[in-house]
Amino acid sequence: MTKTRKRKQKWTLKRTGGRASFWMFTFLIIAFFSTPLLWLVFAPFDLTPRLNIKLPTLSFNNFHEMSQNPYAIHSLLNSLLFSVGTGLLVICVGAPASYALSRVKFVGRDLFLYILLLFSSVVTGTAAMVPIFLLCLNLGLINTFYGVILVMGGGLLPAAIFILKDFTDSTPKSYEESARIFGASSFQILRNIVVPIIRPGLAVIFVWAFVGAWGDFLVPFILIRAPERSPAAVLMYSFYTEGGQAMLTTLAAFALLYTVPVIVMYLYVNKRYGFRFYGGIKG
Amino acid sequence: MLFLFPSAIFITIFLIIPAVWTLYLGLTNYSLTGLAAANPKFVGLQNYATVLKDPEFYNSFKLTIIFVIGSAIIGQALLGFIIAWTFSDKPGKLRSFVEVIIILAWMVPSSVVTFLWSAFLNGQNGTLNKIIGGQTEWLITHPMLSIIVFNSWRGAAFSVLLFGAAIAAVPKSHLEVARIAGASKYRQLRDIIVPASRGHILTNLLLISLWSFNLFTPYLLTGGGPGGKTEILPIFVYEKALRYFNFGIASAIATIMLLINFVFALIVIRRGKQK
Repeated sequence: MTKTRKRKQKWTLKRTGGRASFWMFTFLIIAFFSTPLLWLVFAPFDLTPRLNIKLPTLSFNNFHEMSQNPYAIHSLLNSLLFSVGTGLLVICVGAPASYALSRVKFVGRDLFLYILLLFSSVVTGTAAMVPIFLLCLNLGLINTFYGVILVMGGGLLPAAIFILKDFTDSTPKSYEESARIFGASSFQILRNIVVPIIRPGLAVIFVWAFVGAWGDFLVPFILIRAPERSPAAVLMYSFYTEGGQAMLTTLAAFALLYTVPVIVMYLYVNKRYGFRFYGGIKG
Repeated sequence: MLFLFPSAIFITIFLIIPAVWTLYLGLTNYSLTGLAAANPKFVGLQNYATVLKDPEFYNSFKLTIIFVIGSAIIGQALLGFIIAWTFSDKPGKLRSFVEVIIILAWMVPSSVVTFLWSAFLNGQNGTLNKIIGGQTEWLITHPMLSIIVFNSWRGAAFSVLLFGAAIAAVPKSHLEVARIAGASKYRQLRDIIVPASRGHILTNLLLISLWSFNLFTPYLLTGGGPGGKTEILPIFVYEKALRYFNFGIASAIATIMLLINFVFALIVIRRGKQK
């Protein structure tokens, strides 16, 4: 009798101990991941932002100050241009390729795609920085919007094709066959049948490429020299006074404006398709 | 076949040519300054000899290994697995709350997070020092630790999501049987969950190692300093190429990086085929 009670006691003790340590762990994880981000929640609305996180003296002065900066708004527009351009490029070039690859079978196709995918994640990094720089120098693409869009698009393309192929694989072939009997060309089939069916896939890829280009620092950092053409990612690093102090007022407002579109896109994709899918394809 | 044409051109110009070009440049003494800028010469394997004799290269290589093990394997994968496992049987709301915060850390553009972290770690006014009541300039006194913690924070989401999915795919009945048989949580983990998600664990480890190995973002936190203490290979290549404009040497290092990447990639592909 006493033995069972003891055991029971020990068990509850262990259980409460387990629960306590679980909540402790949860608290630490939440604190670790959220604390650095909190600055972005408070500082933009603070009359006197500091480096540390503090409750703000509410004010929209920072946004006003930011709008006085000649490059700030402009750089957000540049980012928008890069991101939309990259997104469109990736789906316009990637969709036909993924369609063709899903309809035409050849030996080693999947392996080929897989190699391409890994290859792209390897080459777009710092390893190919020098030739990318030289390539754009020779093609006259330094300091141009095209250069950045083409390089970013090229880097994202293999992964886009890889994912879009999953979508095109699942479109029913019978639609295309009947269209072909009525004399539709391949291009008409692509535009009028395949594209409408894989529209969710195109949307995901567009958002994915958009977010990738929006956050990319390295490519515009290397290829763009003129401040009026810099995207937000690069301009973030220019808000310093002559004394080398960060201009926290402008920076806070700017960082928030720069971050919000990504969060909005994430929420959109999360709501429509579930973020697990989105999560699985980032990289 | 016509449909493949545009993407074939793209991939050739922006992926294959740069890769081949890297190989070629590594064999020349091309640079933007000095005599070699006007007519670069073919120097064979001389750059590789220089690089392989350079103690700075070995130092950078060592730092990269420390960075990958610390931030990718321990920070992201291990922590990610612990988080995914801890919350795998917890109510959906708490779990999604934690997940959303971790994903936010992953979503926010890198320029912004690096600023947030340099503010967070600042010596005089940083939030971390305000919390623990110190004055440590973390990025100067503990630069490597700082970028490791930063990258763990930044990239944990991928592992949490991937392992979360892997653990959810373990058949419930197996766990139930184990529980009835009186297996502890640890035994369940060791004997059921880990073996069942071994494929995911391996793929994840390889992918995040690959990404961390090529990561340039720490540059925005420490600039490779102080005194080269965080000069991991991507930053090393950047410095050689775009600061000293020594393209030959930079390309040789980049080629070595590509080779290491390819070994990684081959392992991933072999894993992929086995699945």
